[in-house]
Amino acid sequence: MSKCLETMFNEILFKNPVISASGTFGFGREYEAFYDLEKLGGLCTKGLTLEPKAGNKGIRLWETPAGLMNSIGLENPGIDAFIKNEWPHLKDVNTVTIINVGGKDEESYLKAIEKLNAVDAQLIELNISCPNVKAGGMAYGIKATTAGDITKKVVELSKHPVMVKLSPNGDAISEIALACEIAGAKGISLINTLQGMAIDYKKKSAVFNNLYAGLSGPAVKPIALRMTHQVCQAVTIPVMAMGGISTWEDALEFIMAGATCIQMGTMNFNNPMAPVEMIEGLEIYCQKEGLSNISEIRGII
Amino acid sequence: MAIIQSNDCLIPLIYKMSVDFTGAVLPGQFFMLRAWDKDPLLSRPISVHDYETGQLTFLYQVVGKGTEILSRLKPGDNVEIQGPYGNGFPEVSEDLCVVGGGIGVAPLHYLVKKYKEKNPQGTCRVYLGFRENSYGVEAFESMADEVILDIGGIITNRLKVNPGEVVMTCGPEMLMAAVANMVPPENKVYVSMEAHMACGIGACLGCTCETKSGNKKVCKDGPVFLREEVFYE
Ligand SMILES: Cc1cc2nc3c(=O)[nH]c(=O)nc-3n(C[C@H](O)[C@H](O)[C@H](O)COP(=O)(O)OP(=O)(O)OC[C@H]3O[C@@H](n4cnc5c(N)ncnc54)[C@H](O)[C@@H]3O)c2cc1C
Ligand SMILES: Cc1cc2nc3c(=O)[nH]c(=O)nc-3n(C[C@H](O)[C@H](O)[C@H](O)COP(=O)(O)O)c2cc1C
Ligand code: FES
Repeated sequence: MSKCLETMFNEILFKNPVISASGTFGFGREYEAFYDLEKLGGLCTKGLTLEPKAGNKGIRLWETPAGLMNSIGLENPGIDAFIKNEWPHLKDVNTVTIINVGGKDEESYLKAIEKLNAVDAQLIELNISCPNVKAGGMAYGIKATTAGDITKKVVELSKHPVMVKLSPNGDAISEIALACEIAGAKGISLINTLQGMAIDYKKKSAVFNNLYAGLSGPAVKPIALRMTHQVCQAVTIPVMAMGGISTWEDALEFIMAGATCIQMGTMNFNNPMAPVEMIEGLEIYCQKEGLSNISEIRGII
Repeated sequence: MAIIQSNDCLIPLIYKMSVDFTGAVLPGQFFMLRAWDKDPLLSRPISVHDYETGQLTFLYQVVGKGTEILSRLKPGDNVEIQGPYGNGFPEVSEDLCVVGGGIGVAPLHYLVKKYKEKNPQGTCRVYLGFRENSYGVEAFESMADEVILDIGGIITNRLKVNPGEVVMTCGPEMLMAAVANMVPPENKVYVSMEAHMACGIGACLGCTCETKSGNKKVCKDGPVFLREEVFYE
């Protein structure tokens, strides 16, 4: 394989810049039926919390034109069960494993981070942007001050490099990103889902028990691209972009806007092979354009 | 990708589609179907209606955009099919009582067929309830020992389960709840649940169903559950 897609994200080497996004990829196992996970640049686990979490009740998924709304509510087995049942399998996969961590308050974030010091992961994605949990989650991620505070504490405690995942639902995203950089984050990922709403007119009721839910998929791409560009202009740490990315052409747009890596989420549901097709597409593009590395077109806009 | 052999309208809005497929398929399992690019975004879960080597058949109702697109496909067209997924109905050797409501009859055809293949001596009784028009009934009549049909009424009003029969049901949740409620506790009851699905393979946690033993994924742990797992309140 050529090295044209090899990408350094801070000090971490990715064999290519394509990573599957948190919550759309379980802990990887399910997709092994489709392809060898080692083809991926990396994979991001489902959002983990200190304690197991049952998630939200009622309808959790609702399709929209070119999009998907979800209200999973961070259902996950908890850090301990993850370390016991999933990590032994994941750690042997030859790709960058990113552990996504959520929390309901400062204490639960920090305890989770402390527990994860027991494993040798390459990168933590600090999720301060989940719109589907009542406590914590997005509450930390919509203000620069709180985002900076929690990031600082997590960075101090974690033995792993920390990338902070930002919400598109708060204050100016470039200011939040900058606060995270100053607090010691080694990277920024964005965007988490956009808060939306669905009403079932036939039932005369809101679709989701939580009223609001998170929108993802191609419908959000232009917003995600704009925010990626803004954040890339504002920070010097690398950016991992996502939001509606579905083809290698989309991936290129985000890289041209300044992203170092990209994540693919919702499109895994449309086509489980999408990340692999994207990697192939990017490789062919590099060859055709005569690029020795994809980074040559990074941030040209 | 599978090639469509036939796609026929049985009665308005009800279609039967056969595609080229060979593989191991259990009754009660489903496939994720897609015959479009990114609009709609998701594939549609559709149960196995029938299977023999080289031919997989679905029975589906047009209810929205996805199934409408499926209904317009012609023989020779391609359809993306992923599967089979899910656990399916268990294989049993007791007598079988099957209760289907509306399009919920779709998976029951292959169930009865397989049951009769494995248990030629076993008795299989089938209750079918439809709101207005029935479909697929003759096929059941040719396979089952008894078919009780109800159109426009409430099929569970007529349901009488014999001692020792295992009950398997698929249909609107109201119907399955009624079956779960009225069948004596001595009889085993299996229900086939429905949920909105994104991945179909257990990765998104969008199809979660609350059970007595915690959250289960309808796509992977189900869609078939024991009555006491899901209707326990
Ligand atoms: C395990 C399983 C097996 C099924 N087997 C059959 C079958 O054999 N024949 C059949 O006609 N139908 C079956 N269904 C229901 C079928 O999946 C839906 O009718 C179909 O997804 C509707 O898509 P649409 O685009 O036409 O409707 P829309 O209402 O436009 O769909 C919008 C979204 O809601 C979802 N959705 C809508 N209704 C349902 C539903 N009842 N269940 C799950 N998701 C839904 C769709 O998948 C889509 O994502 C099954 C469902 C499940 C979960
Ligand atoms: C079903 C579903 C579950 C998700 N769960 C998580 C999660 O646990 N943690 C997280 O940080 N993001 C989660 N996300 C957000 C995605 O990782 C991603 O940020 C978002 O969907 C935008 O990318 P996309 O348009 O490519 O999907 C989830 C998204 C979906 C659709
Ligand atoms: S549909 Fe994704 S977990 Fe069941």
